[in-house]
Amino acid sequence: MFLRHPELIRDASLVWLASGVVGVSFGAIAVTGGLPVWVPVVMSLVVYAGSAQFSAVGVLLAGGGPFAAAATGLLLNTRTVAFSLAVAESIGRGRLARLLGAHLVTDETVAFALAQTDPARRRAAFWISGVGLFAVWNAGVLLGALAGSALGDTGTYGLDAAFPAVLVALVLPALRTDSAVRRSALLGAALALAVTPAVPAGVPVLVALAGLAVYGRRRTA
Amino acid sequence: MNATVAMMLALAVGTYAFRLVGPALHGRVELPARVQELLSAGAIVLLVALLATGALTEGGGFAGWARPAGVLVGGVLAWLRAPFVVVVLGAAGATALLRAVGVA
Repeated sequence: MFLRHPELIRDASLVWLASGVVGVSFGAIAVTGGLPVWVPVVMSLVVYAGSAQFSAVGVLLAGGGPFAAAATGLLLNTRTVAFSLAVAESIGRGRLARLLGAHLVTDETVAFALAQTDPARRRAAFWISGVGLFAVWNAGVLLGALAGSALGDTGTYGLDAAFPAVLVALVLPALRTDSAVRRSALLGAALALAVTPAVPAGVPVLVALAGLAVYGRRRTA
Repeated sequence: MNATVAMMLALAVGTYAFRLVGPALHGRVELPARVQELLSAGAIVLLVALLATGALTEGGGFAGWARPAGVLVGGVLAWLRAPFVVVVLGAAGATALLRAVGVA
């Protein structure tokens, strides 16, 4: 599967590179904040969700307590329910594929899979980007936890702009061709931005789903 | 430290349960075509909301000008059908460049 799709690997490798560096910064932040090395390392393996990990560790380091940390992370990850339903076809039907594939459902793998048009390419995109991302993310976190804050401020490299840009590139084809998706997404994004200052992290994106109200009733196949 | 382990376990188990919903139901529960269509559209709506909040906000406030400007450069490049590599490096490069000249 991997060797037959060099262009998928080429595109995914940029996401891997950016994620790896973010992983390094996650490991470094957790350890320099006072957590033992194994906490960010084990967390990345078993939770495997960048934004939820940053938030949970942030709450912990701010003295918010483990319950608040877990609740914040879980709230951020509720969106993966919708994502897992959207890519279920690409994950496959074998028992092992279902169990392993579920763990690889992230914003990036879903965006990568949904950007492909035919089912076979969707499946390849999901698994290639997913397996690579898991490996690179965890290697990055381990490196960061061991190296501490040697990397410096990742903002200097503009990495924080790379992730939204990755998503732009991946959703643009769907937005171009489908006006119902486009108006739902624009309304949803506007609603999410409007509520961001007032609600906990994770809620704005869920509020965006209200944008589906203007999706309409066409195409009942 | 036991509380930290419990936190990680709760977060790990809860997150995995969320992610397993789709793969576990697939092929066993037949969703109506209308629901499947809404799910695909919903995933795109979520991704667009993620990119909008990720580009513009940080910790509930404005993220500063450098990041959204970089994302905008990436968006224009994507609109012009530039290769994926160019879109991503263009966005990061523009933001890094703005920060290097003192734009937050």
